[in-house]
Amino acid sequence: MTAQLAAYTTSTGEAFQFWVLGTIAVIGALCTVFMKKAVHSALCLAGTMIVLAVFYLANGAYFLGIVQIVVYTGAIMMLFLFVVMLVGVTAADSLKETIKGQRWLALLCGLGFGTLLIGGIGNASLKEFNGLGRANANGNVEGLATLIFTKYVFAFELTGALLITATVGAMVLTHRERTERAKTQRELAEQRVREGKHVPPLPAPGVYARHNAVDIAGLLPDGTPSELTVSKTLRDRGQVRDVSTEALSDLKALEQRAEDRLERSNSGGSNSGEASK
Amino acid sequence: MENLIALLVAAPLLGAAVLLCGGRRLDAVGHWIGTAFAAASFVLGVVLFADMLGKSPEHRTLMQHLFSWIPVEGFQANVGFQLDQLSMTFVLLITGVGSLIHVYSIGYMEHDERRRRFFGYLNLFLAAMLLLVVADNYLLLYVGWEGVGLASYLLIGFWQHKPSAATAAKKAFLVNRVGDMGLSIAIMLMFTTFGTFAFGPVLQSTGDAGEGKLTAIGLMLLLAACGKSAQVPLQSWLGDAMEGPTPVSALIHAATMVTAGVYLIVRSGDIFNAAPDAQLAVTVVGAVTLLFGAIVGCAKDDIKKALAGSTMSQIGYMVLAAGLGPIGYAFAIMHLVTHGFFKAGLFLGAGSVMHGMNDEVDMRKYGGLRKYMPITFVTFGLGYLAIIGFPGLSGFFSKDKIIEAAFAKGGAEGWILGGAALLGAAITAFYMTRVMLMTFFGEKRWQPDEHGNEPHPHESPKVMTIPMIVLAVGSVFAGAFFGIGERFVKWLEPVTGFEHGHPPVSALTVTLSTVAVMVVGVGFAYAQYGRRPVPVVAPRGSLLTRAARRDLLQDDFNHVVLVRGGEHLTRSLVYVDHTLVDGVVNGTAATMGGLSGRLRKLQNGFARSYAVSMFGGAAVLIAATLLMRAV
Amino acid sequence: MNPVNYLYLAALLFTIGATGVLIRRNAIVVFMCVELMLNACNLAFVAFARMHGNLDGQIIAFFTMVVAAAEVVVGLAIIVSVFRARHSASVDDASLMKL
Repeated sequence: MTAQLAAYTTSTGEAFQFWVLGTIAVIGALCTVFMKKAVHSALCLAGTMIVLAVFYLANGAYFLGIVQIVVYTGAIMMLFLFVVMLVGVTAADSLKETIKGQRWLALLCGLGFGTLLIGGIGNASLKEFNGLGRANANGNVEGLATLIFTKYVFAFELTGALLITATVGAMVLTHRERTERAKTQRELAEQRVREGKHVPPLPAPGVYARHNAVDIAGLLPDGTPSELTVSKTLRDRGQVRDVSTEALSDLKALEQRAEDRLERSNSGGSNSGEASK
Repeated sequence: MENLIALLVAAPLLGAAVLLCGGRRLDAVGHWIGTAFAAASFVLGVVLFADMLGKSPEHRTLMQHLFSWIPVEGFQANVGFQLDQLSMTFVLLITGVGSLIHVYSIGYMEHDERRRRFFGYLNLFLAAMLLLVVADNYLLLYVGWEGVGLASYLLIGFWQHKPSAATAAKKAFLVNRVGDMGLSIAIMLMFTTFGTFAFGPVLQSTGDAGEGKLTAIGLMLLLAACGKSAQVPLQSWLGDAMEGPTPVSALIHAATMVTAGVYLIVRSGDIFNAAPDAQLAVTVVGAVTLLFGAIVGCAKDDIKKALAGSTMSQIGYMVLAAGLGPIGYAFAIMHLVTHGFFKAGLFLGAGSVMHGMNDEVDMRKYGGLRKYMPITFVTFGLGYLAIIGFPGLSGFFSKDKIIEAAFAKGGAEGWILGGAALLGAAITAFYMTRVMLMTFFGEKRWQPDEHGNEPHPHESPKVMTIPMIVLAVGSVFAGAFFGIGERFVKWLEPVTGFEHGHPPVSALTVTLSTVAVMVVGVGFAYAQYGRRPVPVVAPRGSLLTRAARRDLLQDDFNHVVLVRGGEHLTRSLVYVDHTLVDGVVNGTAATMGGLSGRLRKLQNGFARSYAVSMFGGAAVLIAATLLMRAV
Repeated sequence: MNPVNYLYLAALLFTIGATGVLIRRNAIVVFMCVELMLNACNLAFVAFARMHGNLDGQIIAFFTMVVAAAEVVVGLAIIVSVFRARHSASVDDASLMKL
């Protein structure tokens, strides 16, 4: 992109690119907000960010464009996905609002804010476009580096300190010190015997011949699910799928069918009996 | 020499500390310790006195700066002592008479199990009074002033198991508070006027201050003096203060406490000299009180209360003299000293009588005691002659001078004041003769009490009679010693100043008429109580007698005006408080509560709700910015 | 095309992000919306840099990114530890500020 082009107006190519990618960015942003599942939101956001990276490049911020892709889309969004995985991929949020009037207030505020902002930009006298031709003459990265290490060196050092602090903070927040030695299998077995309950291994999850996934509780003889059969992590996350009602209705259907069959066989029997007689 | 002043005050204070903190271990020797510290103080006083006599009259003042008490920019409160002739007189009186009363108390309080504590309080009393008279500024004087109030409270209520004693102590304390308030206001006024409250600077710069301000200070000082010296209208505590042990009464009436007011007025003489209105008020208060006390003293059957009325009256004389200005200051102090002797002697004598009569105080149940307790009779009799102003005895010299000075005031005022003083002298002769006759003469009138114990009047032990004898000697000779050749006046002149008064009639006429009214008073009393038997049960008496028995209705007056009025005021204040103040306060609280209850709904605890507010706020800010740009 | 359009886009994205913060309850999604707002700001800065013809706007965007990275690290750590403690990532569950 030459300085001439960037100066007053943009090329037709960039205009085309702006309208197409801008639409995509807005759709991505909307999807980020309205998607039920956090994973989908994250993916949509990643899309928007890539679009923004392209826009950076188009605006002459070559370094930032690359950094946007590498750091934001590459690292930060992956971190998001990682946390989403930790917290529960499948858990879909209910979009039903619980606070009275919150949604309407939020939309009203958003609308008002957006209108005012856009109106403000429209009102502003942004008639000068110098373009980055001169600034980027020695290369964008060199230009940035010159500024960072001269004019903004202090802020740069501070951000370095901030990053270190953030790293330490994240470690402190997530790290859990193990205060005692983990128990060996032998000790666990001895403890089970000592306590006298659940001496044998815990029952397996899944319903015989129908579901064998680990998130489905095994059913007791009366058709109710047993908590013991699923792992504690899944129970805590609330990701246990309960198929007991399903199983009970299945049983009922089975009984119904059996009765039908019996009646039919009874009547059929008598019929055949009569017929045989 | 200066260091001895601090020691003078410290000795009884140390005694009080030792006795009050020492505990039961000191019970056996406590009274000796207390007496020893009081006597040590007296010895120090005598040493200082001897030193003072060795100097020329103009250079006798000793100053000692001890330390800076409250050193603040623009406010300097020092602890320092000033010992001049006036203070010296008081020091000798306080420690001398005080020591004698200590000795007497050894015998009087012998059977009291709290004797050690009693001596501790006595020492405290002496220390506070000494601090009061040797202080070199009004603030330190105020410390001593309050100390005297505290010690008197403790001593009047010493027999606190008697509800009447506890009430009397409380009453004395409360009435004194009114006077204390006057003193504290006076000190504040002094500070705003002169910027200091040291005696020297304040009294030397009275010319710089306006007369109105000086009158205000003077009236406040007079209020203070009225409280401590039991002058009208703050006199009501003195009669009830007789609930304390008799040595306490002697101490309060002769050496300490009531003399403090006179000291204050004489010490502040320069202020009063510059404020004639305040001075006039002082004389009026003195004249009214001397008649008031005398009339009350005529009607009381309780020997101690009769003497209390007499004290009130005699202090009235002193205040009257102090109000007369330079012609009276020296005589006020002279009368104070002689009064210290004979009143202490009279009270100790009364205590001795009560000691022999099973603590009976009603004079109608005495009679004819001169045969049973001769020493008490003689010493009491000498005190009696001194107080009525029998020619040649000490009261004669001092009282006569005061009456002369009152006449010398000049004009109608002089005649009125002098007449009042003269009338007072007659009444004094009457009621003191009455006391004398009812107690020591006539038939014996005592009967067995309800337990069947008949009193066996007997002479008191030596430890009690010797102080009485010493005081009686003082009562006889002190006046002549001071008065002849104006020795006392010359001694005090450098401090208080002195002018010869010129009565409208000759001094001899005044003296003769004083003696004449005294004889008339004695004669009346003899006709009433000496010629006729005294009824054991008091007759109903005239309206005036009945009023006088009730202390001339002073308590009734206080009750109706102050107590009732206060109650009504309090009730109306409570009403206003409940309806108006509480209404406003509770209404405000209820309004705020209601508003808060509604506002609280905004605080629902959801972070998202708060975020909406922030976002809305941001929108408003943008709107405001745009609006400002548009305008 | 006028480069001001980039600013309009930035404003739009910012508003969408802010509204998302207000209406979503999942803390992670809320966080993503915050990131969206930050990115919208960055876009505006880059566009401004182009208009003014110097690189200061880009520097600001650069610093924003660094700070955003730090913020994400700490924020996600907080979300993880809150989830550990409360087994929920809903911001409404942490409504302990209410009486």
